[in-house]
Amino acid sequence: MKRRDFVQLSGMGAASLLVPASMMGNTIPTEALLAPGMDVVVKKRMADVALNTAKSLGATYADARIGRYLNQYVFTREDKVQNVVNTESFGIGIRVIANGTWGFASTNSVTEDGIKKATQQAVAIAKANSKIQKEPVKLAPVPSYGEVSWKTPIKKDFKEVPVSEKVDLLLSANAAAMESGANFVNSALFMVNEQKYFASTDGSYIDQDVHRIWPTFSVTAVDRGAGKFKTRQAMSAPMGMGYEYMDGLASEKKEGPAGITLYSKSYDIVEDAVQAAKQAKEMLTAKSVDPGKYDLVLEPNHLGLTIHESVGHPLELDRVLGYEANYAGTSFATLDKWKSGNFNYGSEIVNLVADKTQVGSLGAVGYDDEGVKCKKWDLVRNGTLVNYQAIRDQVNILGQNESHGCCYAQSWNDVQFQRMPNVSLEPGKEKYSIAEMIKDVEKGIYIAGRGSYSIDQQRYNFQFGGTIFYEIKNGEIVGMLNDVAYQSNTQEFWNSCVKICDENDYRLFGSFFDGKGQPSQVSAVSHGSATSRFNDINVINTGRSI
Amino acid sequence: MAIYTEEEARKIMEKALSFSTADICEINLSGSESGNIRYARNSVSTSGHRSNQTLAVQSSFGKKSGTATIDEFDDASLEKVVKRAEELAKLSPENPEFMDPLGPQTYDKAINYVEATANITPEYRASVANDSIEPATKQDVTAAGFLDDSYGFSAMLNSKGLFAYNKFSNVDFTVTMRTNDGTGSGWVSRDYNDVTKFNAAEASKIAIDKAVMSREAKAIEPGKYTVILEPAAAENLIRNMGRSLNARTADEGRSFMSKEGGGTKMGEKILDERVNIWSDPLHPEVPTSTWNGAGQPLKKTTWIENGVVKNLAYSRYWAEQKGVEPVPFPSNLIMSGGDASLEDLIKGTKKGILVTRLWYIRSVDPQTLLYTGLTRDGTFYIENGKIKHPVKNFRFNESPIIMLNNLETLGKQVRINGNLIPYMKIRDFTFTSLSDAV
Repeated sequence: MKRRDFVQLSGMGAASLLVPASMMGNTIPTEALLAPGMDVVVKKRMADVALNTAKSLGATYADARIGRYLNQYVFTREDKVQNVVNTESFGIGIRVIANGTWGFASTNSVTEDGIKKATQQAVAIAKANSKIQKEPVKLAPVPSYGEVSWKTPIKKDFKEVPVSEKVDLLLSANAAAMESGANFVNSALFMVNEQKYFASTDGSYIDQDVHRIWPTFSVTAVDRGAGKFKTRQAMSAPMGMGYEYMDGLASEKKEGPAGITLYSKSYDIVEDAVQAAKQAKEMLTAKSVDPGKYDLVLEPNHLGLTIHESVGHPLELDRVLGYEANYAGTSFATLDKWKSGNFNYGSEIVNLVADKTQVGSLGAVGYDDEGVKCKKWDLVRNGTLVNYQAIRDQVNILGQNESHGCCYAQSWNDVQFQRMPNVSLEPGKEKYSIAEMIKDVEKGIYIAGRGSYSIDQQRYNFQFGGTIFYEIKNGEIVGMLNDVAYQSNTQEFWNSCVKICDENDYRLFGSFFDGKGQPSQVSAVSHGSATSRFNDINVINTGRSI
Repeated sequence: MAIYTEEEARKIMEKALSFSTADICEINLSGSESGNIRYARNSVSTSGHRSNQTLAVQSSFGKKSGTATIDEFDDASLEKVVKRAEELAKLSPENPEFMDPLGPQTYDKAINYVEATANITPEYRASVANDSIEPATKQDVTAAGFLDDSYGFSAMLNSKGLFAYNKFSNVDFTVTMRTNDGTGSGWVSRDYNDVTKFNAAEASKIAIDKAVMSREAKAIEPGKYTVILEPAAAENLIRNMGRSLNARTADEGRSFMSKEGGGTKMGEKILDERVNIWSDPLHPEVPTSTWNGAGQPLKKTTWIENGVVKNLAYSRYWAEQKGVEPVPFPSNLIMSGGDASLEDLIKGTKKGILVTRLWYIRSVDPQTLLYTGLTRDGTFYIENGKIKHPVKNFRFNESPIIMLNNLETLGKQVRINGNLIPYMKIRDFTFTSLSDAV
């Protein structure tokens, strides 16, 4: 190990606040990230132990997931490295159907004995639970894919990039922010590699290598005299990419309204940190918004979160059916609305698609966690609700016989279930730029980046803030605003969508740690869109004095 | 997997320590067993069991330190993990905020472990689900619930002679009951260290009654209302406020506790004088461990007394910078209450809203601790001392600081999420829009 490949861990404080403990596994040295995992031939043999044991015990279906989950997280603050964490988690999860009922068990002992024991446990759980099962599980058919593999198309593997390079990059971003007037800056890099092997009694053996990355920071400016502080978050998006996302390519950035830089598939963290510091300082004296109705011009890295909450979650079929009633809630988008064939989710220009294949997205994989080849499908077409997100044991409820391929488990020791695919708003078909959109607005607000977000348990009423707000008057940006949040109702909001910029403005927003289920599991998902205009939205002023 | 006794844990950690060649070595050992059952649509959906055990070694040379973890405790594994931590420490840069671990401490004997909770069986979990599902079915209601129980231990030993050990047990339960016509929803939450205090049937009945009572809610205009917040509704906001009582962010000027012109609001009255909030690891209703991850003893600590801020939490590093004694973050929050029952509070209310819980609470402005979220699972209009009818859910935008200045009456305390929070009647609580959600 070289000096620069250090791993420094001053306790797990910062990381454990942000990352679910169950995903962490054991901390390992940096070079251990590069150690090869179990050979694929051995994985197949081990998976077959599970499948054969399950069948011999009477299971009518079984799948085995052998997973090696590698994470590297780097945390810094101003000129200090707070923490560098490398973790590895390795084991096998076995899911079976016996007596028409699911059973699941997992073990970190990936040996013949360990696997047999876990499989016996999974079958025993299935048989025990079958006594209270009302209807047997109905699985949609999947083809037998044989032995196949899939990799995230990365250019630079984060595991091969020295930690020192990552630390230096974050510290340079911090220094740049401080030099530009920031009082405080925290920055972090989250990097994930899922090495997943899936096998099922349907005859598929799928080896996948999945990469994700998320650079982020928060820059704070303080006015001690006024007792005020403002924070500007990074304009990055978590991506399904390798370390090449950090290259800061000029070709992947462009100037947005009010001189802000918008990033696509390459991120310049140092440049963004400088802008963040200047903007945080400007926020300290920006005008407080007059509440009322405004036309909103929403930037993709902002709109993505609104899509996530008001389209992604309500169209999860398990929520619609009531399986999430005690936690995240149910959904306004009930089956009768879908069956009517004319439920008006949004205006005619609104087309929302689910897509597990989009290159660079967080949700992109070749096959989902129950061995279904991934695809793209419509959720809302020309404003009308046309479909949901469903997996193998759910699609029959929709009268369909092909799973949508959106089953996921956060690790080998969690059971897979329906998770949100990338859900994106299609860009406008006619050529239309942000500048043209702003020019057309008489009284409006341009909102960029993610902020505060909250939505009810059936996904009707929501309130969103943002990272940065600019007032639009008579077709021009006239200055920065403070204390902005908008409130709306999902159906009203999407019906107020009057214009969408063209594909030149299409970018991805991402959620790296989206939670669902009890016990809760996280997943990562992207949402693409082009800047879009929503008319007559209620804006409140969130300023208070205490 | 073993839940080690104090002596067994000490033996394993002493063995690991014997391999250390670092200036300072600190070892944390923990293990837990947990089980859960989840049900929805009046049927069990998943059930599971999980065992965890981890030994973490932090080795330090000067201000350089490294941590490594392992889940196997044979001698060879222990030697390997200590060696790995030392390698990492030698290669790491100096951490200017590194603090030498504490030496021997005296801890109170914790009371947060109850054997009965450790003895929970799969059959017991199934009976809890049944205690929800059966009465729900009889009343045309659908139950969705989750029971999660765990027990275990944590222990710590370092080369400066500190040794700490604690066992714990917890049980957490929530259930949502929805009427089958989709117009009513009720919810209840219970959590204990001692499962024998838990009555699933009694809790489920409350949620069923609320679901039935909340059918056909009427819409009333959003605005400022007198509210009666059940402890589950107030707890999250109070917990968020408690978490913000951090000396470092206040000193840095980036907290609601930072003062105009510099300095902090420590010692100032920021809330109604009837507000008293403290933490106490030995409180019999909400006991916790008596030491924290830094090995600091946790003692009864007053945070707010008669509305005045009496303490801010100081990490050991920040305390040293400021030349004060460290004040560990609280492990629970206890807010003083009154004698009034929920019925008394309703009786004494001319016009108001009864709120069962608040949901999807997110920070809007950290400067003022403004939060937004929605009411959920039982919101009722009160007129002339009686519940008149259910009302549609509201979105709120409110700060716990403003809320606790608008205090009307405090009621009885209830345990919620490991904290002890009273019913409270608040005037001018800000609802900003209506929601159609049930």
